[in-house]
Amino acid sequence: MAVAGETAKVDPMYQFTVKPLLGENLDIAGYNIAFTNSALWMLITAVVLWVFMIGGMKRELVPGRWQMTVETFTGFIDDMLEANVGKAGRKYVPYIFSLFMFILLANLLGLMPLGIFGVHPFTFTSHFTVTGIFAIISFAIVLIVGFAKHGLHFFSLFVPSGTPLPMVFVIAPIEFISFLFRPFSLGLRLFVAMMAGHVLLEVLSSFVIDGWNAGAGFGLLVGVPSFLLMVAICALEILVAGIQAYVFALLSSLYINDAENLH
Amino acid sequence: MPQIDQMFEIWSSQLFWLLVIFGFVYFVVGRGMVPKVMDTVGLRDKQIADDLAAAQAARDSADEAEEAWRQRENANREAAQALVNEAKAKAQASTESRLASAQTGIDAQLAEAEASIEASRAEAAAEIENVAAEAAQDITQRLANIKVTKTEARSAVKKAMVHG
Repeated sequence: MAVAGETAKVDPMYQFTVKPLLGENLDIAGYNIAFTNSALWMLITAVVLWVFMIGGMKRELVPGRWQMTVETFTGFIDDMLEANVGKAGRKYVPYIFSLFMFILLANLLGLMPLGIFGVHPFTFTSHFTVTGIFAIISFAIVLIVGFAKHGLHFFSLFVPSGTPLPMVFVIAPIEFISFLFRPFSLGLRLFVAMMAGHVLLEVLSSFVIDGWNAGAGFGLLVGVPSFLLMVAICALEILVAGIQAYVFALLSSLYINDAENLH
Repeated sequence: MPQIDQMFEIWSSQLFWLLVIFGFVYFVVGRGMVPKVMDTVGLRDKQIADDLAAAQAARDSADEAEEAWRQRENANREAAQALVNEAKAKAQASTESRLASAQTGIDAQLAEAEASIEASRAEAAAEIENVAAEAAQDITQRLANIKVTKTEARSAVKKAMVHG
C-alpha cells in the first residue's frame, strides 16, 4: 500500500499477480510448473473442502449440525441434477459437486479479510487460465457424453425440434455458434465477476487510504463513504461468490442435460 | 492486467496444479466422500419411510383388533342379554306355576273348610233337632201326658223347623 507522502498509488490489479513460491524453474517437457500462490490457494481450498467433507462422514442416523450442512450441499447438487438432467443426472453428482464446492470455497476464501494477519488471499477463480480449464472440462464432458451416447445424432442438437425445413439452414449455424461460445461464456463469466468485485474493493480501499492521506476533510468526505460502500460491497461479493459458483454448476448441468437428452 | 500479461508464463503451471488439485478433489471428495454422504441420506430416508410404513401397519392392525374386539364384545353382550332374558322367563314361569299350585292348595283348603263348616252346621242342626225332639217329647209328656214316640216327635220338629 502507498505510504503517506509518496505519490499515493494503489495498483488494483496487483492482487492478481501470480508469483512462484517453490520450484520456480520446475519444468515438465519444457513447460513451467512452478508452485505459485495460485496453486497454494487451490491446495488450501481443496484441504478446506476435504476437512468440511470429513464432518459429513460421521454417517449418523440423526445428523449433527456439521453433517446436516454437508448433506444439505450434496442434496442441493443432487436435486439440481435431478431437476435439470433427470435420473441419469445422478452419475454427474461427484463432478458437479466437486466443481461447485471448489469454486464456492475458492471465491469465499479469496474474500477472507486475512490481510490484517499479513496473509493475502489469492482468488484463483479470478484467472481465466483457471476458469477456462473448468469450462473446457465441462465442455469436454458434454462432447464426450454427447457423442458416446448419441453418436452423430448428437448434431441434431443444433436443430431445435419443430423447426420448419427452410429455417434449418439458418438456425443450425446460429445454434452451432452459440454452442461453441458456451465454454467461453462459462469461463469468462466467473473470471469477470470475481475480478470485478476484487478490483472494485481495491479501488474503494485506495479511495479510503488516499482520502485520509490528503487530509481529514477528504477523509470524511471521500474515505468514510467509500469505507461504508466497501462494507456493503463485501456483503454483495459474498452473494456473488455463491451465485457464480451456482451459475457455473447450473450451466454445466444444463449443458450435460443437452448431451444426455438432446432436446 | 496480470491475467493477460502473465498468461504465457503461468498457463502451464495453472493447468498442472489445477488438474492435480481438482483431480484430488474430484476423486477423493467427489467420488470417495459424496456417494457415502448420499448413501447416509438415502439410508435415513429409507429408514424413515420404513418406520412410517411399520407405524401405519401397526395402526391398521390395531384398528382391526379393535373391530374384532368390538364384534366379540357385542356378541358377548347379546349372549348375556339372552341368558338374562331366559333366566327371567324361567323365573317367571316357575313363579306362576308355584302361584298356581298355591292357589289350588288354597282353593282346596277353602273348599275343605267350607265342607267341614257345612258338615258341622248339619251336625249341629241334627243335634238341635235331636235335642228339640227330645225336648218336645219331654215337654209333651210332662204337659199333656202324651207319650210321643221319638219318631213322631222328630217329624214334628222337622216340620216346625222347615216351616220356621
